[in-house]
Amino acid sequence: MSVEIKNLSHTYSEGSPFEFKALKDINITIEDGSFIGIIGHTGSGKSTLIQHLNGLLTPSSGTVIVDGKDIFETKKAELIALRHHIGLVFQYPEHQLFEETVQKDVAFGPKNQGLNEEEIDQRVRQSIKMVGLDFDAIKDKSPFELSGGQMRRVAIAGVLAMEPSVLILDEPTAGLDPRGREEILAQIKLLHSQKQITVILVSHSMEDIGKMVDKILVMNEGEVVFFDTPNRVFTEISTLESIGLAVPEVTYLMRRLKEKYPEIREDVFTVEAAKKEILKVIRG
Amino acid sequence: MTMESKNRMIDVRNVYFTYPHNNENESVVALDGVSLHIEKGEFVGIIGHNGSGKSTLSKLLNAIIFPTQGDVIVSGLNTKDQENLWTIRQTAGMVFQNPDNQLVATIVEEDVAFGPENLGVPPQEIRERVDRALAVVEMQAYAHQKPHQLSGGQKQRIAIAGILAMEPECIIFDEPTAMLDPSGRREVMETIKRLNRDKDMTVIHITHFMEEIVAADRIIVLDKGKVVMEGEPRTIFRQVKRLKEIGLDVPQMTELAYELRKEGLKIADDVLSIEEMVNALCQ
Ligand SMILES: Nc1ncnc2c1ncn2[C@@H]1O[C@H](COP(=O)(O)OP(=O)(O)O)[C@@H](O)[C@H]1O
Ligand SMILES: Nc1ncnc2c1ncn2[C@@H]1O[C@H](COP(=O)(O)OP(=O)(O)O)[C@@H](O)[C@H]1O
Ligand SMILES: [Mg+2]
Ligand SMILES: [Mg+2]
Repeated sequence: MSVEIKNLSHTYSEGSPFEFKALKDINITIEDGSFIGIIGHTGSGKSTLIQHLNGLLTPSSGTVIVDGKDIFETKKAELIALRHHIGLVFQYPEHQLFEETVQKDVAFGPKNQGLNEEEIDQRVRQSIKMVGLDFDAIKDKSPFELSGGQMRRVAIAGVLAMEPSVLILDEPTAGLDPRGREEILAQIKLLHSQKQITVILVSHSMEDIGKMVDKILVMNEGEVVFFDTPNRVFTEISTLESIGLAVPEVTYLMRRLKEKYPEIREDVFTVEAAKKEILKVIRG
Repeated sequence: MTMESKNRMIDVRNVYFTYPHNNENESVVALDGVSLHIEKGEFVGIIGHNGSGKSTLSKLLNAIIFPTQGDVIVSGLNTKDQENLWTIRQTAGMVFQNPDNQLVATIVEEDVAFGPENLGVPPQEIRERVDRALAVVEMQAYAHQKPHQLSGGQKQRIAIAGILAMEPECIIFDEPTAMLDPSGRREVMETIKRLNRDKDMTVIHITHFMEEIVAADRIIVLDKGKVVMEGEPRTIFRQVKRLKEIGLDVPQMTELAYELRKEGLKIADDVLSIEEMVNALCQ
């Protein structure tokens, strides 16, 4: 599914003394099947933006068009149906687990979609497997006795069970240890390539974003600063720094190495790519 | 007192800690025979995967919980002795992960005053301590603001000021940057490093971000409730394979050096920073 964001603005508490313009005239198109990263410091409007994509927040002006349909022009029933195709995993989603067992929690979404028992069961099994958990071992546990990383996965499984065509994740690795982080990212990448769904990932880790996405949306004070490939975005070091962001360490390294090796490429943002580039210039 | 014990901030002697029951009514051995020591003025990083026992250890140091077996000595005082409790909690302060759960008052300076008020410090001195603490974390300008109007990094600096106002000798930071964005993390790390460097504060810093502790004096690695590695950052991080096996990371530059060595490039295996990597590649 493609997602078109048109002249989108959002003002919180409009007309009150606490009025706050969180989004200012956003215009971008996210193509079907692409993998998008969103970066920006806290308060730049990332969460506000993604909550418009499934109609959780209503724009002050402008709109969102999903698969050719204006989601704020459609009838309520249609919007609800559409919402099922746009899965949103909130920040710290484990805070939203509430059923007594993992199985029931993951089944909550598909149940609301009105699927039959058999199909629900199948989806629950599948999505628990997809996030790398053992269905039989975990299905009867209470979500609250799981580790932080496991809870996070159960919450993601709950969204996957609705088989969304667009999967939006708001900082899915925040607070996890390195292995937990890596595992969740690997699962997301796999999902994207296997199911060809559109993925939108909000993250503070430039390293993770650089590794995974086709395009990066950079936000600052409710506005789009860049919407481009990692190659292009990560060469804008001074602009990124001026809005409180940074580029991956290896990108800084390449810039430093340029004095000695003028031919070295600067659009490098993973350890893997840095290794290749360094070997190339050193070995000629 | 011997010379050694005089400089010792913390001594953890063969400590076991068991939580009597989790949700499934099983007991959990969170620390399994841990011995370690922290000297006064040291900056020590503690790393380990989720569930390895880091928070349990930090709560033992702060006398919030007590060893099932073994001893925890803070500034010469055993946490086992009831009468030491308040002195220990005031000597070893703690800053936690979530910036939203730590601030209690509705105005920043009241929040910073909360600790010393509880200690019974006289009002005039509280005033001085609060001003001093806010100055150290560079938040004087926010003294009259409401905490909820601050960014995550600013909230953590206020939490640090609240601890400083109790005039501790040592601060234990339990993943203070986990919920912050990169600039918030930078603010908090600069504050922590400054406390250690300029104010001689003993710092124990628990984190999953390896870059934050490349300049630590020492790193302690926990795995399944045991200390499995201990040493200078250079000594620890050069063991890339071992760290990855227990689910941990190394700084990006160390990983790059490791990968380049695998390709046969002659480069040191203890590169920690961009500067060192530039030197290694441009000599
Ligand atoms: N419910 C709300 N009412 C008023 N202001 C809000 C509300 N939610 C968010 N904001 C403000 O809108 C801005 C953008 O917030 P958010 O979209 O959460 O940013 P991000 O996800 O990038 O951290 C922030 O300044 C935030 O304080
Ligand atoms: N209050 C508690 N009750 C039961 N078990 C606990 C409690 N707190 C922690 N644990 C368990 O103790 C072990 C160590 O936890 P913790 O010290 O929090 O690790 P870390 O901070 O390294 O993630 C884990 O297995 C955890 O599940
Ligand atoms: Mg957000
Ligand atoms: Mg912990």
